[in-house]
Amino acid sequence: MRPFTYERATSPAGAASAAARTQGARFIAGGTNLLDLMKLQIETPPHLIDVNGLGLDTIEATEEGGLRIGALVSNTDLAADARVRQDYGLLARALLAGASGQLRNKATTAGNLLQRTRCPYFYDTAQPCNKRQPGSGCAAIGGFTRQLGVIGTSEACLATHPSDMAVALRALDATVETVRPDGTARALPIADFHRLPGDTPHIETALEPGELITAVVLPKPLGGRHIYRKVRDRASYAFALVSVGAIIQSDGSGRVALGGVAHKPWRVEAAEGEMPRGAGAVAGALLAGARPTRENAFKITLVERTLAAVLNEARG
Amino acid sequence: MQRFPETGLSRRDLLAAGAVSVAAGTTGRSARAEGAPLAASANDAVAVEPTRMKVGFTVNGTVKELDVDTRTTLLDALREQLHLTGTKKGCDHGQCGACTVMVEGVRINSCLTLAVMHEGDAITTIEGLGRPGELHPMQAAFVKHDGYQCGYCTPGQICSSVAVLAEIEAGIPSHVTEDLTARPQLSAEELRERMSGNICRCGAYSNIIDAITDVSRSPA
Ligand SMILES: Cc1cc2nc3c(=O)[nH]c(=O)nc-3n(C[C@H](O)[C@H](O)[C@H](O)COP(=O)(O)OP(=O)(O)OC[C@H]3O[C@@H](n4cnc5c(N)ncnc54)[C@H](O)[C@@H]3O)c2cc1C
Ligand code: SF4
Repeated sequence: MRPFTYERATSPAGAASAAARTQGARFIAGGTNLLDLMKLQIETPPHLIDVNGLGLDTIEATEEGGLRIGALVSNTDLAADARVRQDYGLLARALLAGASGQLRNKATTAGNLLQRTRCPYFYDTAQPCNKRQPGSGCAAIGGFTRQLGVIGTSEACLATHPSDMAVALRALDATVETVRPDGTARALPIADFHRLPGDTPHIETALEPGELITAVVLPKPLGGRHIYRKVRDRASYAFALVSVGAIIQSDGSGRVALGGVAHKPWRVEAAEGEMPRGAGAVAGALLAGARPTRENAFKITLVERTLAAVLNEARG
Repeated sequence: MQRFPETGLSRRDLLAAGAVSVAAGTTGRSARAEGAPLAASANDAVAVEPTRMKVGFTVNGTVKELDVDTRTTLLDALREQLHLTGTKKGCDHGQCGACTVMVEGVRINSCLTLAVMHEGDAITTIEGLGRPGELHPMQAAFVKHDGYQCGYCTPGQICSSVAVLAEIEAGIPSHVTEDLTARPQLSAEELRERMSGNICRCGAYSNIIDAITDVSRSPA
């Protein structure tokens, strides 16, 4: 790990302005992704701003009938919250499908959204990677791509976003609340939060330098059956090859978002209109224009079959 | 007690560090353009001297005051500075669970957290659970059921096991909990899922589940 200075922030706006003061500074929340990457010198911040003392660790009801989840609420506390279990089962299920008990105890809502890709070449500092070092090239192209993206990829990067939680938040149409270094607050729809790689795969979100996430807001409950199905290489404690998050209403309509296929949680609202025609039609519309590699073309079939299983479960 | 006391860094120190970073950042970028190693990351250019800080926390009921490099993980502080070597370093990346300890009663991977982030916390390691002659019931159950072979992952397994029973008791659901709105059951399936963050290369898993089940059934 490279040396760094460390400070404990005492207010959200103070944290954001501190981050803007030092080039390359990072917030640290649970630390479960950032420290992992710092040990490998993939992240080399000269300064860390600890945001654990900001009091952003509560879940409150909103006037609109939804929930405001503090950025520092742990993944365990969020999945265990009675309101989340009752009304946002998809979110609880997605959280519980991720990482391990120990990690979820530390992992936070904001940190989970901002966790970085698990592309093996991003982790291998001997390989070129446009995300790790802009302009260096992409070792995955022509390399081992079984885990990588099938849609929304670019000539510069094929990586996926690894978060399970983000898939649920996308289906739920959550909003990300932030404060910027100048002290102004804003709210970003989750659909616009994560970016596709394009020519700049190192820029992963719509956040500005130094911008701090303060909360994630859920709209009022949608009802329906909440299902998160994650397909992985072992039954527990592994990242998704493909995951399907769905909220299915009794009339058969519903929402679907996918994990493991793209640089962001993948949802195409128009595809949801295909619901009466079944999993094949929905999957076809969701993944129209996909450009899988020879090694990960199986994900296309896997999405369709996983979605079929989800729709079946919803009917049962 | 104030949970986040002064950092020991003055505002001027922080500003100075900032100025150095900006300057180094500029030269660093041009250096990289001329073919610096690929190991470099996007914001690699900035260089800072090693920084030391004081931090105080309680370990197994005893107050400890440490002077650490900011890079020191809680795991390394426990093992290298406090010589509490029961907590093990396996992968050092949060994947194996050998470093599991409890902070304020909650199990975490001590390898993925910084010592300086634990000012004022109460930490429990395997040494704090029990001692030879006065074993914690979970330690005794691991011995009785042969919940190990080489023993390297065992302290982490035991800390995790104790916390798992508390998590079920607290009603925290898991990936295999069928009804999210009901209390989670104490089944072997639940225990296996909840223990999946602790890897055992000797494969003592079934005996570990027997040990935890045994403890869960004995009166508290
Ligand atoms: C072995 C292992 C297995 C895992 N398996 C899974 C899995 O199956 N599914 C899954 O979804 N995840 C998995 N994870 C990832 C885990 O969910 C993330 O590491 C965790 O959610 C990150 O949260 P954190 O609070 O620890 O973030 P940190 O490591 O503290 O921070 C991550 C990033 O977010 C930034 N950040 C943190 N808080 C804020 C804020 N408030 N505002 C702005 N920026 C902020 C930091 O600067 C940093 O860049 C796994 C991790 C490990 C180590
Ligand atoms: S796919 Fe993206 S993250 Fe992976 S090597 Fe290529 S640029 Fe890097």
